Amino acid sequence: MNFELTEEQRLWRKTVHDFVEAEVRPKAAEVDEKGEFNWEAVRKMGPLGLLGMNIPEEYGGADVGAIGAVIAMEELGWGCGSTALAIAAHNGLGTLPIVHYGTEEQKKRWLPLVTSGQGKLSALALTEPGAGSDLQGGVRTRAEKVGNEWVINGSKMWCTNASIAEYIITLVRTDPAGGSHSLSMILVPTDTPGLHIGPAEKKMGLKGSPTHAVTYEDVRVPLENLIGEEGRGLQQALATLDSGRLSIGALAIGLARAAHEYAVSYAKERRAFGKPIAELQAIQWMIADAATEIEAARHLLYYAAWLKDQGRPFTKEAAMAKLFATEMAERVCRNAIQIHGGYGYSREYPVERIYRDARLMTIGEGTSEIQRLVIARHELR
Amino acid sequence: MKIIAFVKQVPDSAATVVVEDGKVSWGDAPLVINPWDEYAVEAALQQKEAHGGTVTAISMGDESAKEALKHALAMGCNEAILISDPALANVDTRATAEVLAAAVRKIGDADMIFFGRQAIDGDAGITPAQTARILGLPMLSFAASISVEGDTVKVERSIEEGRQIVSAKLPAVFTVVKDFGEPRYPSFMGIRKAARAQIPVWTLADLGIEAPKSVVSWPEIMNPPKREVTCEFIEGDSPEEIAEKLADKLIAEKVL
Repeated sequence: MNFELTEEQRLWRKTVHDFVEAEVRPKAAEVDEKGEFNWEAVRKMGPLGLLGMNIPEEYGGADVGAIGAVIAMEELGWGCGSTALAIAAHNGLGTLPIVHYGTEEQKKRWLPLVTSGQGKLSALALTEPGAGSDLQGGVRTRAEKVGNEWVINGSKMWCTNASIAEYIITLVRTDPAGGSHSLSMILVPTDTPGLHIGPAEKKMGLKGSPTHAVTYEDVRVPLENLIGEEGRGLQQALATLDSGRLSIGALAIGLARAAHEYAVSYAKERRAFGKPIAELQAIQWMIADAATEIEAARHLLYYAAWLKDQGRPFTKEAAMAKLFATEMAERVCRNAIQIHGGYGYSREYPVERIYRDARLMTIGEGTSEIQRLVIARHELR
Repeated sequence: MKIIAFVKQVPDSAATVVVEDGKVSWGDAPLVINPWDEYAVEAALQQKEAHGGTVTAISMGDESAKEALKHALAMGCNEAILISDPALANVDTRATAEVLAAAVRKIGDADMIFFGRQAIDGDAGITPAQTARILGLPMLSFAASISVEGDTVKVERSIEEGRQIVSAKLPAVFTVVKDFGEPRYPSFMGIRKAARAQIPVWTLADLGIEAPKSVVSWPEIMNPPKREVTCEFIEGDSPEEIAEKLADKLIAEKVL
């Protein structure tokens, strides 16, 4: 047993931290206030390796490993929830299906484009107006083979990055008969005629990370845009989500850490009853709990990431880490506001924004309820 | 093109530096690569990219200075060397320059030698010039841009009076300023290389020189005197009244 990060991981964390502190964090409030995506920082992420964390070197990626990826996601989350979510969705959801299931040609054509930071990012569209966690029975978006093309019709909801993506990998029904082998993944370039990306959704938080409804109206793409096997879309999506959960867990830990740091410094500064409120036990307990839970979440997450790096099954552990980290982040952010009192509720202080950002983490890429279902299935089998 | 970039490990600029028991202390603040030296490394890497060749990063210090060298490697330097010897503790800039010059000679045939404009700990800013003098090379300081043609280099210097263009024959010594442009962030590939690098350590014996003598010493170090500040809020029923009171106060205190 060894709890030390490797030299490579330690230097990586420092580099990403310094980058986020200089380029991402100072813009976080503005990004949230204006609902604008921080392209300026993302352009610089390409050379660093932040846009190709799961992508092998030969396709322009950095292949930082699962632990390397969660280290980076925590730092990004610490700096700006919105920017971090876009990067998580890009690395975890938008590129991973091509890395794992794509053909050599697909990898060469699309991956270097989206890792350089010069082009746009990538997106994955699973959820529909009538399908969220129940993809197998719920997905209605259809793809039919017509000649040498797929013709896609239907609509998707809550697609993160749709408007800032080169392509949207779309989960579609290719077999109307239904069943676990009736769905497939198809890559749809965002400039394809018939693809309509709706206006950015108005959300509680994460306002600098664009989320869209997407509709497909006789969208035609070549047959070779199928990602992986026809009929294996559901399995591919579920496996992709396992990795995505590590990212969201790490992002949540970053949010919690930021809120905790703000709470600690405020508690030392703010005086009540003739002394800093940090000397009051009621405040100390909240601070102690936050520190403990952040540490616990990080251990769970590192373990799940380590399993992934070892090539071992990590579905249950990823679900546990995501469940605990995201619910922890909500508690820690809630208490950070509590410690700040009235100021915490004000937009003048960052904990209000972080709390709103944290709220999504227990919903996106599998709700807490779905994580519990996944864990329970493993426990009860 | 054989290029050398000198870097130094210094306390983080955010550290609170104080004198305790006659010694300078920065508490448990982290040590980082001297921020000015990142510009030197950036300039060195740009010359390598433009003209080919290698960049060797060199630092003088104890084992902890390897961190600064790893940063330079992660940015893209080809190799790194640490100069470390117990006899070099607390030497002055001239003695340092003698050691750095010896390292340049040991490497041999260097075309361009880069420094940051100064180190943020000692803030002397004269080691580069002293090194250039010992080596008998031209010293082109405060470089905001550098262009090489054949064996001639043209430098735009960013100085208080404005800009000045100077040129010299290579080899030469340069200091680089902020106007040169933002230094790059390390890449993950660079980090991977830096993490695996074995950084050789050169002692005075390896350099073939005696311990150089300092000509300047610090007989006493003290904290700057504490400034007494009192804060007063001026109150009044209207902004005009407050402004009037403030103006009276400023006149009474002879500020105006």
